Amino acid sequence: MDRMPIYLDYSATTPVDQRVAEKMIPYLTEQYGNPASRSHPYGWTAEKAVENAREEVAKLVNADPREIVWTSGATESNNLAIKGAANFYSDKGKHIITLATEHKAVIDPVRELERQGFTATFLEPNDDGLVDIEAFKAAIRPDTVLASVMFVNNEIGVIQDIEAIGNICRENGVIFHVDAAQATGKVEIDLASLPVDLMAFSAHKTYGPKGIGALYVRRKPRIRIEAQVHGGGHERGMRSGTLAPHQIVGMGEAFRIARLEMEEENARIRTLHDRLLNGLKNIEETYVNGDLKKRVPHNLNISFNYVEGESLIMAIKGIAVSSGSACTSASLEPSYVLRALGRTDELAHSSIRFSIGRFTTESDVDYTISLLAEKIEKLRELSPLWEMFQDGIDISKVEWDEH
Amino acid sequence: MAYSDKVLDHYENPRNVGSLDKNDPNVGTGMVGAPACGDVMKLMIKVDGTGLIEDAKFKTYGCGSAIASSSLVTEWLKGKTVDEAYKIKNSAIAEELALPPVKIHCSVLAEDAIKAAVADIREKQAATKEAK
Repeated sequence: MDRMPIYLDYSATTPVDQRVAEKMIPYLTEQYGNPASRSHPYGWTAEKAVENAREEVAKLVNADPREIVWTSGATESNNLAIKGAANFYSDKGKHIITLATEHKAVIDPVRELERQGFTATFLEPNDDGLVDIEAFKAAIRPDTVLASVMFVNNEIGVIQDIEAIGNICRENGVIFHVDAAQATGKVEIDLASLPVDLMAFSAHKTYGPKGIGALYVRRKPRIRIEAQVHGGGHERGMRSGTLAPHQIVGMGEAFRIARLEMEEENARIRTLHDRLLNGLKNIEETYVNGDLKKRVPHNLNISFNYVEGESLIMAIKGIAVSSGSACTSASLEPSYVLRALGRTDELAHSSIRFSIGRFTTESDVDYTISLLAEKIEKLRELSPLWEMFQDGIDISKVEWDEH
Repeated sequence: MAYSDKVLDHYENPRNVGSLDKNDPNVGTGMVGAPACGDVMKLMIKVDGTGLIEDAKFKTYGCGSAIASSSLVTEWLKGKTVDEAYKIKNSAIAEELALPPVKIHCSVLAEDAIKAAVADIREKQAATKEAK
């Protein structure tokens, strides 16, 4: 097998930190008790580990451990928050507000609620990817019961003004849910002061294992949700199912490391981000997608004009990145997130999401810059659109024979 | 997506990339596709005094299969008469490159590019005759 490409897809998932993996293993082979077993030390040990981890997750976001509910990941947390709160409070109203640029794990539960009789507003953000606060305010109706806005966007890395949006929700009695899957360890989250009622977390975007996540459910003022999974009444009835101590311990350790190291790590990642951006900016006709200031440094999403996305991905096999064009599937659908920012199909098709993380090095970044410069030059030599651009022809004014 | 060796070869080493003088009366140009659809092919052919295609060049904005399809047809076109070129079928291109079903449209586009270039050269030659 060829050498594995350089991993620059940390927004898709992160490796499990070695320190995390080491903490997890004993809970598979030695401390294998069920935390719900109250009658013997196997259960007590497992329960203690689970509660320690709950405390670590709570500490990273400055919450009370009793506000943390274990789930299988951010998708389940988002489903539980959105459907659970909308259903519990449906007598207060049946209107939901969210963004057109949310992750599918938010959009699809909202769509499901629409099928059940709710109505929804999918707000288009500004061209920089950020929510227009006035437009958000204007979207609130007397029957608005729930709003869901992501903290950090998975495709373009922009950070929404959660505090401002939360305050509007508070003033209007709207329950506010935040998908923070891409935010933990990247931005400060202080739930003691943020006006947020529900927040979804994932372990595997923060160097923990896949298959485990959590939902924050505020206690003061108390937010109620309807369970979506019924059974043994685990997690105070909000989410039944035997807990997975090895996964939970992994998430706790990953969030503990994030809390202790995020400041230093983010400074290092910002340096790498700037290095990558400065290198790629030298290539003509490149466009950064999403605001550059209100953005996590871990993400750089760039469109390379006059180069087709799939051929670009094919050309840069030496790095593992994501493309804004869903070229791995048969349908050549450009990213709905980039479309919502008003990007043309061509620019959406030719976008690359670089996401860097804990194990990215300076030489990884330098290799990426030189690879991109070389391959884009090659593909542009092949591109009739680049030739037209060089000749001063405005591609958007040409009458194309669409097929 | 898995590409055939032939697609990879044409993609890595595209043949006959470039442009010919579009104002030359012996050069026909075909440009097909649309940027919004993800592929645009420009094919240029030059015909000698005896009606044979002496040169062919292409530029393609599109996926690897689209680049390979257009690169392949430039090889096939050289030495053919305009009438023979017109008869090249997309199925032959798809077969030669072992294109999967989702990439058949790339071979269709290449066939369309040939037909457009041939139509252009025929139009130019008819105009030249009239002028005489």
